[in-house]
Amino acid sequence: MLTPTQIEQKLDRVLLKVSKPGRYVGGEVNATAKDWGKTPMRVALAFPDVYDIGISNVGLQILYDQVNDRPDALAERVYAPWVDMEAVMREEGIPLYSLESLHPIRDFDILGFTLPYETLFTNALSMLDLAGIPVRAAERTMAHPLVIAGGHSTMNPEPMHAFIDAFAIGEGEEVIHDIVEVVKQFKSQQPETARREDLLRELVKIPGVYIPSLYRVEYLDDGTVAEVSPLVTEAPKKVIKRLVAKLPPPPTKFIVPNIEAVHNRVSVEIMRGCTRGCRFCQAGMIVRPVRERPVAEVVAAAEAAVKATGAEELALLSLSSSDYTNILELVTAVGEKFSGQHLSVSLPSLRIESVSIDLMEKIKGRRTGGFTLAPEAASERMRRIINKFIPDEDIINTAREIYARGWVTLKLYFMIGHPSETLEDVQAIADLCKRVLHEGRKVAGNRIKLNVGVSTFIPKPHTPFQWVACDTPEKIRAKQVLLRHEMRDKNIKLTLTSIEDSLLEAWLTRGDRNIAEVIYSAWKSGAKFDAWNDQHHFDAWYAAFNEHGLDPEFYTYRQRRTDEIFPWDHISSAVRKEFLFQDFRQSLEGQIRVDCREHCFACGILPTFTSVRRENPGEHWKCPEVKSPARKQVEALPVL
Amino acid sequence: MSRRIRVTFAKTGPLRYIGHLDLHKLWERAARRAGVSLAYSQGFHPQPKIQLASALPLGFSSRCEVADLWVEDEPNPGLQDELQAALPSGISIQSLQEVDERAPALQTQVTAAEFEVTLLDEVDTNALTRRLSALLEADSLPRERRGKAYDLRPLIESLSFSAAVSVEPVETPAPSLHLHLTARQGATGRPEEVLAELGIAVEDARIERTKLIFV
Repeated sequence: MLTPTQIEQKLDRVLLKVSKPGRYVGGEVNATAKDWGKTPMRVALAFPDVYDIGISNVGLQILYDQVNDRPDALAERVYAPWVDMEAVMREEGIPLYSLESLHPIRDFDILGFTLPYETLFTNALSMLDLAGIPVRAAERTMAHPLVIAGGHSTMNPEPMHAFIDAFAIGEGEEVIHDIVEVVKQFKSQQPETARREDLLRELVKIPGVYIPSLYRVEYLDDGTVAEVSPLVTEAPKKVIKRLVAKLPPPPTKFIVPNIEAVHNRVSVEIMRGCTRGCRFCQAGMIVRPVRERPVAEVVAAAEAAVKATGAEELALLSLSSSDYTNILELVTAVGEKFSGQHLSVSLPSLRIESVSIDLMEKIKGRRTGGFTLAPEAASERMRRIINKFIPDEDIINTAREIYARGWVTLKLYFMIGHPSETLEDVQAIADLCKRVLHEGRKVAGNRIKLNVGVSTFIPKPHTPFQWVACDTPEKIRAKQVLLRHEMRDKNIKLTLTSIEDSLLEAWLTRGDRNIAEVIYSAWKSGAKFDAWNDQHHFDAWYAAFNEHGLDPEFYTYRQRRTDEIFPWDHISSAVRKEFLFQDFRQSLEGQIRVDCREHCFACGILPTFTSVRRENPGEHWKCPEVKSPARKQVEALPVL
Repeated sequence: MSRRIRVTFAKTGPLRYIGHLDLHKLWERAARRAGVSLAYSQGFHPQPKIQLASALPLGFSSRCEVADLWVEDEPNPGLQDELQAALPSGISIQSLQEVDERAPALQTQVTAAEFEVTLLDEVDTNALTRRLSALLEADSLPRERRGKAYDLRPLIESLSFSAAVSVEPVETPAPSLHLHLTARQGATGRPEEVLAELGIAVEDARIERTKLIFV
């Protein structure tokens, strides 16, 4: 392996040949370079997309701080080199290296991938290969780093099971320490002859850690899963996600990119989880329960982050800002704190009501950037099916108010391809948009703009829609044609997702272990940067399915049996499958479930994490108080 | 009334790969980190008032970049240290002074620049000297850049070659070129164009801007 100095010398000779060389040199404010020689545990954190995208990822920043805060460990970063740089690195024999110290990734003890979405899978393979680490987990020895992964897409880890040694299921703040600790102990105690399996058998004892090589999967004749069974006694039958009872202090020393990033901002997560229960939303199901940060903590973190980074934009992050208990108080405090400082503040995911406009007015000095609302569906039937019920009148009234109060651009987000959706339901989207525009023109004239984004729904694991078939490309095409035809107004800008983009996500998100071979073959034939529109490799993907005798439609256009064992059933978000199925049945009947802050539907979070909640009682955990059946019985006793 | 601060700074290490627009943003953020209030332009999209004397091509280091920052408050004596503490390690401030707020735009005041080009590979000294002379003796050097034909020769004010200059801290002497090129708006001599004319690939050289010459 090359030394950091050798890598630096080689880079000096090649960086001017590639686009945006600033991606590959580090040197950012707040990047932490600890003493390599004096730090026993070295963790490389990888985001498998280009620097400009990965640098804004908050999850990676959280883990970076967690590891670097330990005196015995260091964390350094690496992103996927863009196609031109990858070619140069292969040509020049430059191994994948970390940005902080230019050490080869192979020299680290742990390599951790953040995998928020499935289209990053092939890039993770490229990065392993560029690092000189065997792409297949089975071929690694103790000479290689332990390869771990986490992030939303790993709630179904099976498509990547062949390439990742250990998955951290759920929230990473605590489990990363457990993993570092076990690897450290193992390396200090075990003789040179220690085998990788021994380390994995130690790691599998950590709650929330899934080691795919310690499980066997058997299949039925129809290709669905018959049984998943642990191969060793240490491996639990179900791996339950980790969560933090109370959100730890948020990162504030964000690494400041020296080149233009996709999101030039610092973010403070104000709340984790969402109680709305929209049935299409994976985050709403897997990130339960809702936990809020106190207003004072958010404001202090925002101030510290702006001071530490000099950022020009601050985002207050959550899945649903309007549901944050003291949102008005928070927005007022932030507005006052930063007024006159040329800082723009963003507040995503606002509810469709006029209060949201008050919030935006408080937080933003000027009406730039447009106002975004996400109705998701436009017919009453669809809204009941997806459990996001917002009456047309609320949307029209809010939109009218937004235009009347001076915003020129309104953005509306919808999805097509919801279960049982018909062309009439899609027509309703067009009708609603036209009404919004008509009402807007009445109050603000013809200068107003309406941006309509319509994406295609993909059923995700661990949601009430995990049983449903994807809409076929023919149906999606017909729906998109209708939307294009109906929304030909010069004031409307319609954006549709390409059918191909959705397809790859659909194959991978509900994939089983067989998909791993498809990923490998597609990657071997050149598939990478699959999230990029200009980098499509569909021939490679179809050929890969073909090579392994698999039918892509098995993963997409197939309605799942009600008793089907899913490839991800042994991974638990703590939301019970029975709960999801009941919710799915209610969806078919058009029944709505209200916000679960008001009424507990017994999703499974509370019984699973009773002890976790007890460790950290208090107001920040937003599940309503429910009496357990056991306690009811006790109360009933005297009456008997 | 805002005050105008002129900063002379070196740009080295990883910061060599940070381009002109990104450097504007870098100063904006450094000022905010340092607690220095920049003055902003008027209008719907206010921008901080920052001027950079001359764009430095990607990959070049520099000992002599100049930026003007307009600040809201009277500069205090500790300003240079405060700004320096907020900058990434590849930017080091050499001097800082207040200048007349109404002085002409910085970009219009640059007339020429000097560069030192360290050649990373061994060179045939005689051959290079011959090519250098030929280049200097030429009446015109027609070239094309981004589809536009132009004459490189009048943009070269002087050009010399040192076969063996000791470059700190490297002990082995490295051959280097010294370029003095015009740098007026619309008439900028580019070192990489001179290198191309000499048959040297830009990745085989390390280029540093050593001096900016003003009106």
